[in-house]
Amino acid sequence: MQYQSQSVSKLYFIAAIGLFVGQILFGLIIGLQYVMGDFLFPEIPFNVARMVHTNLLIVWLLFGFMGAAYYMVPEESERELFSPKLAVALFWIFLVAGALTILGYLLVPYATLAKMTGNDLLPTMGREFLEQPTITKLGIVVVALGFLYNIGMTILTGRKTVVNIVMLTGLVGLAVFFLFSFYNPANLVLDKYYWWWTVHLWVEGVWELILGSILAFVLIKTTGVDREVIEKWLYIIIAMTLITGIIGTGHHYYWIGTPEYWQILGSVFSALEPIPFFMMTLFAFNMVNKRRKDHPNKAAVLWAMGTGVMAFLGAGLWGFIHTLAPVNYFTHGTQITAAHGHMAFYGAYVMIVLTMISYAMPHLRHGKPANSEKAQVIEMWSFWLMTVAIVFITLLLTGAGILQVWLQRAAEDPMPFMVAQEKIAFFYWAREAVGVIFLVGLVVYIASFFAGGEPKEEASS
Amino acid sequence: MTHTANEKAALPPGDLAIWFFIYAELLVFGILFLLYAFARSNNVELFNSSQDLVDRTSGAANTLVLITSSYFVVRAVAAIREGKVQLCSRWLLATIGMGGVFVVIKLVEFHAKFSAGISLSTNTFFTYYLSMTAFHFMHVLLGMVILAAVYLKNRKGGYSAAEHRGVETGASYWHMVDLVWIILFPLVYVMR
Repeated sequence: MQYQSQSVSKLYFIAAIGLFVGQILFGLIIGLQYVMGDFLFPEIPFNVARMVHTNLLIVWLLFGFMGAAYYMVPEESERELFSPKLAVALFWIFLVAGALTILGYLLVPYATLAKMTGNDLLPTMGREFLEQPTITKLGIVVVALGFLYNIGMTILTGRKTVVNIVMLTGLVGLAVFFLFSFYNPANLVLDKYYWWWTVHLWVEGVWELILGSILAFVLIKTTGVDREVIEKWLYIIIAMTLITGIIGTGHHYYWIGTPEYWQILGSVFSALEPIPFFMMTLFAFNMVNKRRKDHPNKAAVLWAMGTGVMAFLGAGLWGFIHTLAPVNYFTHGTQITAAHGHMAFYGAYVMIVLTMISYAMPHLRHGKPANSEKAQVIEMWSFWLMTVAIVFITLLLTGAGILQVWLQRAAEDPMPFMVAQEKIAFFYWAREAVGVIFLVGLVVYIASFFAGGEPKEEASS
Repeated sequence: MTHTANEKAALPPGDLAIWFFIYAELLVFGILFLLYAFARSNNVELFNSSQDLVDRTSGAANTLVLITSSYFVVRAVAAIREGKVQLCSRWLLATIGMGGVFVVIKLVEFHAKFSAGISLSTNTFFTYYLSMTAFHFMHVLLGMVILAAVYLKNRKGGYSAAEHRGVETGASYWHMVDLVWIILFPLVYVMR
């Protein structure tokens, strides 16, 4: 760690991992509710548990991105963070607001929560992923503004690097597109249309910039490859991301009442969205192959390469299989979507945050570039457990999805939804079992922080 | 990697990274062209009658403008290969200027279409016509930004006879923008 103020990122990383555990526990609950409908009913009904599962994911990834920015930006800018105090204050505000929101979901009925938080003054609740009470959303905006101010001032008054500028662009975009969560027109088509401006333009737009810049930062640090080379790759990747991703929003507009031309535009541009992800795979492997030094933190390099591969498979390939309008006509809103969602979020965003945590934590905790051999071996075990588990979850959900499409939509005599669901229960049981393995992987991951041993020094290049 | 003026230019010219980008761009346009061709063969009547409504003159003018601009950017690369920095700057400006002419003509054309009440939803032909030309239009703008960055660096003495990969990189991208138009114009405006 070169700058004292980078240490604020540790708080963010710890919170991220804690919320990650919560997300997985609720994932296991809803996984079981798929096959045992009354499990935990009426205490935690499926819709509430699902909301907690998805909201926790988003919140812990945001904690991860913020932590990554607080670690990366001072080092890139070659100066201390503009205001470490603000960073700490915003951390607690965000954590408390997040916790209260989750408690609200769990303790009172959603409609009561809406009433309690004055949703009728500015109704924004009740929409998937954007279920947060309006005051929580306002809180998120305040935290995001404070965060951007802090990061922006650090970047603008320090050394400006491509990595930093791309990161800042991504973070500004994240904040700007979140504002569409306040726009809630009565017309359902318009509502959904702009809802995707937050949801799609986050994960298939600006978040990819954040992902690209974190990956570039870790690769610069761990491979010793010239910054110039890495920056060039980063430019090309983000250009392709934006060219394909922005109009690619159209792949959500096929059947929601929007004009027909979206079927062409959405199909063409989103079919090309795998390209930037494939470039990221090439990027990660090329840089590691061209490395000028063997960085002692092997676990961080493994996470970085894993991000390249899994983001391409999950976001790129599994996105592609159902993105063309004629295919999507059958697969829309089936378990195919769930399969894609799980591997894409894990492969792209979970893994990039874990890459950054893996790289930064030894510096933050020991002032050394790498954990002990023992800790790294345990961490790499957790990498394989979680990654293989998510691959199987994805394959099982894909199997469930294919069957579901057939039974419920494509067959001569289509079955009703719930009948089809019963027929594919085997896949849900298997998915739940693999989910437990994922949880084991996560426990192993946390255990790696307590493995002890002598942290490693920088290896000679 | 630098090469000198008398050394044979390495292929491809410019930065390898821009070629990944160029191929990706050509792939996007290639797919759009193919889809256009399929849509047209499914609906020949509609496409024929709609094609009568597009402004072939401004399309042809823009073709000449872009081909000329490509010639100018070739002159810019030739100038910097001989170390003539100022001359290179002038040719770059001329290229950007021609890009500007393209933009103006195109805007007039778009304005006429929108004033006539034509939009993406008018029919399948106009969906393709508007989205393909608008997408290409954005590439002209991006190409102008890239060439402007090259121009500014050149003015500060950033390029020489020995090191001018940046100029070649910008020129390669600009040629791609031109090439796409050379296919797009006959395909959408002319061919029956």
